[in-house]
Amino acid sequence: MSKGIILKVWGDNACFTRPEMKVERVSYDVITPSAARGIVEAIHWKPAIRWIIDRIHVLNPICFENIRRNEVADMISQDKVKQAMNRGNLSELIYHVDDGKNRQQRAAVILKNVCYVIEAHFELTEHAEASDNEGKHIDMFRRRARNGQCFYQPYLGTREFTANFELIEDRTAIPRCHEQLNGEKDLGWMLWDIDFKNGMTPHFFRASMTNGIITIPSQKEIIL
Amino acid sequence: MTALNNRYEFVLLFDIKDGNPNGDPDAGNMPRLDPETNQGLVTDVCLKRKIRNYVELTQGDNAGYAIYMQEKAVLNNQNKLAYEAQGLKHVAKKLPNKAEQAQSLTKFMCDQFFDVRTFGAVMSTEVNTGTVRGAVQIAFARSIDPVFPQEISITRMAVTNEKDVEKERTMGRKHIIPYGLYRVHGFISAALAEKTGFSEEDLELLWKSLTEMFEHDHSAARGEMASQKLIIFKHADKLGSAPAHKLFDLIKVTAKNPDVPARHFSDYNVEINPENVSINGVEIIDYANV
Repeated sequence: MSKGIILKVWGDNACFTRPEMKVERVSYDVITPSAARGIVEAIHWKPAIRWIIDRIHVLNPICFENIRRNEVADMISQDKVKQAMNRGNLSELIYHVDDGKNRQQRAAVILKNVCYVIEAHFELTEHAEASDNEGKHIDMFRRRARNGQCFYQPYLGTREFTANFELIEDRTAIPRCHEQLNGEKDLGWMLWDIDFKNGMTPHFFRASMTNGIITIPSQKEIIL
Repeated sequence: MTALNNRYEFVLLFDIKDGNPNGDPDAGNMPRLDPETNQGLVTDVCLKRKIRNYVELTQGDNAGYAIYMQEKAVLNNQNKLAYEAQGLKHVAKKLPNKAEQAQSLTKFMCDQFFDVRTFGAVMSTEVNTGTVRGAVQIAFARSIDPVFPQEISITRMAVTNEKDVEKERTMGRKHIIPYGLYRVHGFISAALAEKTGFSEEDLELLWKSLTEMFEHDHSAARGEMASQKLIIFKHADKLGSAPAHKLFDLIKVTAKNPDVPARHFSDYNVEINPENVSINGVEIIDYANV
């Protein structure tokens, strides 16, 4: 694990949507490994590497709030875009957000005042070339995280909830989890990640938190 | 169209006088509040709506500045929009590879619609084709101090239904905030801008829209809203040169006299303080003074 990285991320709000409750969104209690991977990838990622989340430290007590917003009902259909391209005019490619049919008010149960420490490492993938040695990628990640550089600003589940981040250089500098989180807590079944190679198959794991720390199972343990 | 070569963050301060900046559908259209701190909230999507409206108003007829997410009122303007589609048509039909077709669709949407390349859009009937992540990311706006919404009863000297004619008048309600100064943070990724084609020209339009969007959004509900200050952090390169949260911390907004409720922007001090922190070549731009 010497090739690992430790990243502290925090923000005012977060929404790690439970897939079973995504119409009126309800967040998981804590960040999912998949969202944590997204945060790390926002700072540095190349096809040559695959980030793996090892542990998540939950630093703040888990606290929810509720927000309802006007949202749109549909996605842009690919066919309509194709038609507009062929027709050479945009007249039917509009989405009227005020139209009652297209408008939905949805509530979201989101997390408040979150702070996590993500421990992760990466593996080289089949796209790695001779020049892709591990040290290079680790150094790139650390340099960027240290300077606050990122490909795009990482976010806590959804883009309106941006994440602040800071590299933690040394294990001993990991802040302690809040004392309210002491003891064992079963978080139930959580999304582990989505297998994009196999038709977006979601994989789940039984998450449990010990004194605020969640150990994430490896791919081998998840996919039998 | 010049590509973006720098990462940016921005802080926008806007205020409201005797109006409701963003109603909460869950609370009978009262202004949104953080229940724990009583700070007022304005959602990201509320501000994006105003940016879209501003761009539509000012760029209505310009090719490449169409707005996909429209409000109903402007339906007819849309038909006027014309654009050059020859090349695209050709590409879509000729390329056999499905992934590339999907890419050409995405590119078409980005090229035509300002809001698609700025904020992104989900354009997928199938899995994983053509979801655009926009260059600009906006967080929730939050008031500097707690706000105190007031409920104002109003009367109307007419009735809607014949049977109510005896009543002579009907009562209504308005929710207002006497005054609130809000602060919102935004993020612009040069890397994502490269993918969507969000250009220097688009960026300039975004800055203008942020400072002028409330000028064209007056209504009975809003009261007097205005952008008061836009501070831009321009990084030295695409990836950026300093953590966003440290830059945001350089801007301090405080009430001059905390004991008296603020009622005007001049009741606040805005300090831009680059001294104590090393900012690694991040340029701080006060937009109004450029």
